[in-house]
Amino acid sequence: MPTFVYMTRCDGCGYCVDICPSDIMHIDKTTRRAYNIEPSMCWECFSCVKACPHHAIDVRGYADFAPLGHSVRVHRDEEKGIIAWRIKFRNGKKDMDLVAPITTKPWGQFIPQLRDVPAPSAEQRNSQLLYNEPKYIRMDDGGLHNLQSNGLELKEGVYY
Amino acid sequence: MSTNYKTIVEDNIDVLVVGAGLGGTGAAFEARYWGKDKKIVIAEKANIDRSGAVAQGLYAINCYMGTRFGENNPEDHVRYARIDLMGMVREDLLFDMARHVDSAVHQFEEWGLPLMRNPKTGAYQREGRWQIMIHGESYKPIVAEAAKKSADKVYNRICVTHLLMDDAKENRVAGAVGFNVRTGNYHVFKSKTVIVGAGGASNIFKPRSVGEGAGRVWYAPWSSGSAYALMIEAGAKMTQMENRIVLARFKDGYGPVGAYFLHLKTYTQNCNGEEYESKWFPALEEMVGKSYLDTEASHVSHRPIPTCLRNHAFISEVNAGRGPIRMVTMEAFQDPHLEEIGWHNFLGMTVGQAVCGPLPT
Repeated sequence: MPTFVYMTRCDGCGYCVDICPSDIMHIDKTTRRAYNIEPSMCWECFSCVKACPHHAIDVRGYADFAPLGHSVRVHRDEEKGIIAWRIKFRNGKKDMDLVAPITTKPWGQFIPQLRDVPAPSAEQRNSQLLYNEPKYIRMDDGGLHNLQSNGLELKEGVYY
Repeated sequence: MSTNYKTIVEDNIDVLVVGAGLGGTGAAFEARYWGKDKKIVIAEKANIDRSGAVAQGLYAINCYMGTRFGENNPEDHVRYARIDLMGMVREDLLFDMARHVDSAVHQFEEWGLPLMRNPKTGAYQREGRWQIMIHGESYKPIVAEAAKKSADKVYNRICVTHLLMDDAKENRVAGAVGFNVRTGNYHVFKSKTVIVGAGGASNIFKPRSVGEGAGRVWYAPWSSGSAYALMIEAGAKMTQMENRIVLARFKDGYGPVGAYFLHLKTYTQNCNGEEYESKWFPALEEMVGKSYLDTEASHVSHRPIPTCLRNHAFISEVNAGRGPIRMVTMEAFQDPHLEEIGWHNFLGMTVGQAVCGPLPT
């Protein structure tokens, strides 16, 4: 369930504070180390675990689901575009390494800056199509399916 | 925290996005195309890199037509959803979503989101008729990059509490107010347009589990219903509120199980190890009528059995004293490839479920 911090690894950089969606990773003012201020509001989303440059944050399972003894550790690398997991079972019989891609392209570079693409024409503005449509619906020159082409009509409103 | 809270005003906004989960960040991107020189501002309660329901990742895209591969047309999806939600649907909204969703998915792939492919057909790997499998651990950060490129300004850690009404024009929203959850500063956003992409309230129904995992479902705990409150207070007409997402929990588990049922072919059993769902169908068929539940027709035509009725069977079985309901993963995990998919599936969207072990049976 909730995150906890290995205090000897934490250097108080605050990356976890910056990313935590629940805003519950804070820096202790006395020890200057991160800690989870409200474990019951932790989504165990691992956002802080992945953001921590020192792998100082770990997560344990809920006591009623999983007694201690297991381990799920992670390393996420945007430059390499992968996420690597290591899972150890508490019975000691299983120890797995799993790697998955997080992106297929250099991070963020293939997202267009829409200020720089040609402005939509008046015709586009009056059509019902969105950016990159119709091209991106089929990714080829085939005709689009619509209600008229398929001889269908739409019912209005909610009906029971 | 200081008690001298400041009031910070952001004026002359053209498009204000309130709540930047996957929906809000996507809206900021699209808005930039249609309003090149407009001022687009995002106000988000967390940090847009990891916020909203997809913060943790998502290992499937649950709605993809695949007209490009000749799989489904938008109207097929309208038919499916109409039966699944027992008629309580706005067909126009369903159709609108269905006809645009494929182009969004294709853009995500272009941005780098890893979509799995079926090695035999070359089409995207299907999980079910509508779902495709993805490596989606970074789904949200990727779309957040698009929003950061598009927005003029991103305000993180601002919890928007009210929409502002226009003094000059009746019944028109003119902005929003909120506060910084860290500093307590008061924020005023004056905007010509407001897009509310704040969260729903999927945690209003709590599982009755006890102990440390009390009330825990895989859904984000911060879905506090802002989307509804903001809109209703501003006088908006809410639509399609009849169906609520209720996240059922199996014994010893609280993960999303779409891929487990559809792709890994797991199934459920009651405490006696019996299939229980179908025995409730005759009574349900009588209750709702053959137009919504016709088990014979479903068998031959693949028409769906409404999800709410399947959940009803689940609850009825538990109430009859034959709970808990378990998900059986033994067969699926005989295949090491499928087991790996199962692990990635949880690690990429509900790591806590993997921490529990893959749904021990």
